[in-house]
Order: sequence, then structure tokens, then C-alpha cells
Amino acid sequence: MTALLAALGRLVLAALASVGRVALFALDAIGHMLRPPFYAREFGHAVMQIGWFSLPVVAMTAIFTGGALALQIYAGGSRFNAGAVVPQIVAIGMARELGPVLGGLMVAARVSSSIAAEIGTMKVTEQIDALVTLSTNPMKYLTVPRLLAATLTVPVLVAAGDSIGIMGGWLVGVTRLDFNSASYLKNTVDFLEFWDVGSGLVKGAVFGFIVALMGCYHGMNSARGAQGVGAATKAAVVSSSVLILAANYLLTEVFFSA
Amino acid sequence: MIELSGVHKAFGANKVLQGVDLTIPRGESMVIIGGSGTGKSVLLKCILGLVQPDSGTITLDGTDVSRHDRDAFLARFGMLFQGAALFDSLKVWENVAFRLMRGALKRPRAEARAIAVEKLRRVGLGPQVADLFPGELSGGMQKRVGLARAIAADPQIIFFDEPTTGLDPIMSGVINDLIHEIVTEMGATAMTITHDMSSVRAIATRVAMLHGGVVRWTGPVAEMDATPDPYVQQFIHGRAEGPIPSVR
Repeated sequence: MTALLAALGRLVLAALASVGRVALFALDAIGHMLRPPFYAREFGHAVMQIGWFSLPVVAMTAIFTGGALALQIYAGGSRFNAGAVVPQIVAIGMARELGPVLGGLMVAARVSSSIAAEIGTMKVTEQIDALVTLSTNPMKYLTVPRLLAATLTVPVLVAAGDSIGIMGGWLVGVTRLDFNSASYLKNTVDFLEFWDVGSGLVKGAVFGFIVALMGCYHGMNSARGAQGVGAATKAAVVSSSVLILAANYLLTEVFFSA
Repeated sequence: MIELSGVHKAFGANKVLQGVDLTIPRGESMVIIGGSGTGKSVLLKCILGLVQPDSGTITLDGTDVSRHDRDAFLARFGMLFQGAALFDSLKVWENVAFRLMRGALKRPRAEARAIAVEKLRRVGLGPQVADLFPGELSGGMQKRVGLARAIAADPQIIFFDEPTTGLDPIMSGVINDLIHEIVTEMGATAMTITHDMSSVRAIATRVAMLHGGVVRWTGPVAEMDATPDPYVQQFIHGRAEGPIPSVR
């Protein structure tokens, strides 16, 4: 029994230590964000890698999710004569929840892994040490541009995902469920409020920060060799996905609890 | 002049450096020899501040390296890493001119590129290499690019971490000759880590042997062959039998 408690205690302490290390890393990164030098080229490159090149995967996810959502809401709503609410529920579901969460998870899978693998490889091949000897702070050069780029571009991806998801719902509604195109769009626009979309964008910014933070943290702390880089990549994807889901619940509580 | 006094460093239970005392006079080319895992790279990283020693002092021209202004301190150094450590995402010339495009030494892009092309020429690479990416180069070419990057800002002190590892004998000879020429020409202080004895004889003015976490022997390269130290003799002649265990 004592051994079990000791093992449990060790696990809790290790988890708390990890949380502390990530928090210190995040604070350090935020501190560097506020002080020059700033690396505009690296920021621009990160915007393209994280934002622009993630657009296809976010768009594909959104359009199929919007379509499936329309079918489910129609099928479920028809049981109590509420099949007509498809446009409104698709819109609110995409803007508040599915757009930011699925967009965040897709970016986590694509970007967090890529950042961790890239920085982890740089670490094991001494490129991080080389940066230091060339009077360049790795935190400023590698972490800050990626954190800023992800925090700023993921909300844009979420906005695009929301629009494409709603369009997916409209497409299914009009072609499969016999909705009138104009009234579907009118119901969508009339029902959505600013904060439905705004809350999703705020979530997107938080999820973007989490994705880049986890990628950079695990990359910078990667162990040696291919196995170390692989483990860092896996840890980045798993931790950023779990943190996105946890942060989504907390933000939903803050934004929408009565 | 670089002076190390009583430098200790352990990684967990593994005591790598156990009181290293070493002086590298200005303008000398010091080569550190020793078996794998004896802490040669750790020693070099301690001087650069990439690894913090547990105890002991390291001074550069009489000032503790930990008290130097970090950027000004590092601006005096150039370093060739064992695997060249070139940045994959940057073109060759951008790697070479990296220091010249940022910080206190920042110059216009065109000027930085011109300097990079000149440094590439100095290490025997033509201007056509400048716009390639490191992944498109052979190992020997990458080492040369790393060497060009190390000398790009005309440093006063240059470190070479196993400069010939993984290269064929001819390319090793080319790199050794380049290092010798550059160090002599620039009048720089050099510190090289290697266990390649042909490199030692081509590059060194002084040699230090690291073993058991301490400097076992140090002296001019001309006296290395004549020293009676059995550790040095075993190492330089590559004998399996001797005081250094072959299974470590």
C-alpha cells in the first residue's frame, strides 16, 4: 500500500514538475516576444508554414464536418419536428465548437509535430548550439516567431473553417435535404451573433499558442538520436491535443456558462 | 589567452571533467586529444558557455567568461561543429553569412553575401555552391561550409570539434591544411578536438591529452612523440595494450 502511494506520489510530482517546466518555458518565450531583436523573416516563414499550408487540411475537415453535421441535425431534429433548425445549429456548432476545436486539432497534428521534429533535429545535430555560438538566442529565433505566427494565424484558419463548414452544411442542406438555398443562408446569417464567431476566434488564438508552445517545448527538450526526436514529436502532438480539448472546455465555461 | 582552472562537470553519476587545468596562450593552436567519452567536447562547450561547469574557473584574457557581455564574448569566437551543424532551411551563403546579417555585426544583405562568397572561395568552394542548400552538399563540402561560417566574421578564437571525423583521408588532409593555413593567416588562437593523429600533427602547435577527467599531459607538439607518458604513447600509436583500457 505504501509503495503504491509512493509511486502515485512520484507520478504526481513528476506531472507537477512538467507543468512547471512548460509554464517557465512559456513565460520565457512571452518575455522574449516583448524584447528585440525580432526576426521578421522567420516570422513570415512561420506564417506560411503554420497558416497558409494548413488551410487545405482545415478546409477539408470543415467541409465534411459541416455536411455531416447537417445530416445529423436533420435526422435527429426530425424526431421532434425540428428538422428546419439545420442552418442555425450548423452555424452555431461550427462557429462556437467544431470550427475551433477540429481546426485546432488538425493544426496540432500537422504543425506541432513538424515544429517538434524540426527543432528536435536541430538540437541533436548541434544546430541549436551553433545558433548560440553565432550570438543568436534560440528562443528568439526559433520559438518566438512560431508562437506569434500560430497565435495569429490559427484564428484566421478557424474563420475560414467556420465559413467552409457552414458552406458544407448549406451544400448538403440544399442538395440532399431540400432546403431552399436563399432561406438557408438567410437563417444562418440572421441567427449568428458576433460572440458566436468571436468566441471561436479567441479559442483559435489560444489553441494556436498551445500548438506552437508544445511543439517548441518538446523540440527544445528532445533527447538524443532518432528515437529522442520521435518521442518529442509524439509528446508534442499528444500534449497539444489534450491541452486543446481541456482549454476548450475551460473557455466554453468562461464564455457561455449561465 | 584562455585559462581553465579546476573545471569540474558531471552528468548525474558520470563525472566527465574532474579538475581540468589548462592554458591556451594567445595565437597558439592547441589540440586536445583523448579517447571517446573523455569529455573533450564538454570541455569546449564549457568554455563557450553551452554547458555550465559545476565548479572551477574559465577566463578569457583574465576575465571570467561568465562575467563577459555574452554577445561581445561570442563575437570573438568561431566554431566548426563535428557534423558542421549547418542550418538546413538556409542556403549555403546564408549559413556562412549568418552572423553578418544579425546583431552587432549586421551588414547589408548584398555585402554579407559578397563576404560569404569570398569565405567560400577561401575554403575551396566556388560561387555556384552559394545558392545550394546544405542537404545538396557532400560531407566534405559541408565541413568546408562550416569552416567558412566559423571564419566569416574574422574571429580571434576558433574552435574545431573533430574537424575530420567521417571524411576520407584526402578530404581530411584538405581540411587539415585549410585549418592550418587559416589559423596561421588570421593569427587566431585555435582549439581543436580530435583523435585523428594526422590532424594533430598538421594543426597543432601545442597538444593536451585529456584522460580520466584531467589533463594527463600537455606540451609542444614537437615533444609529443618523445614524452615517456605511457597514456600519450598508447594513444598516439593506437596500441590496444597499455594503461588506457580498450573496453570502456
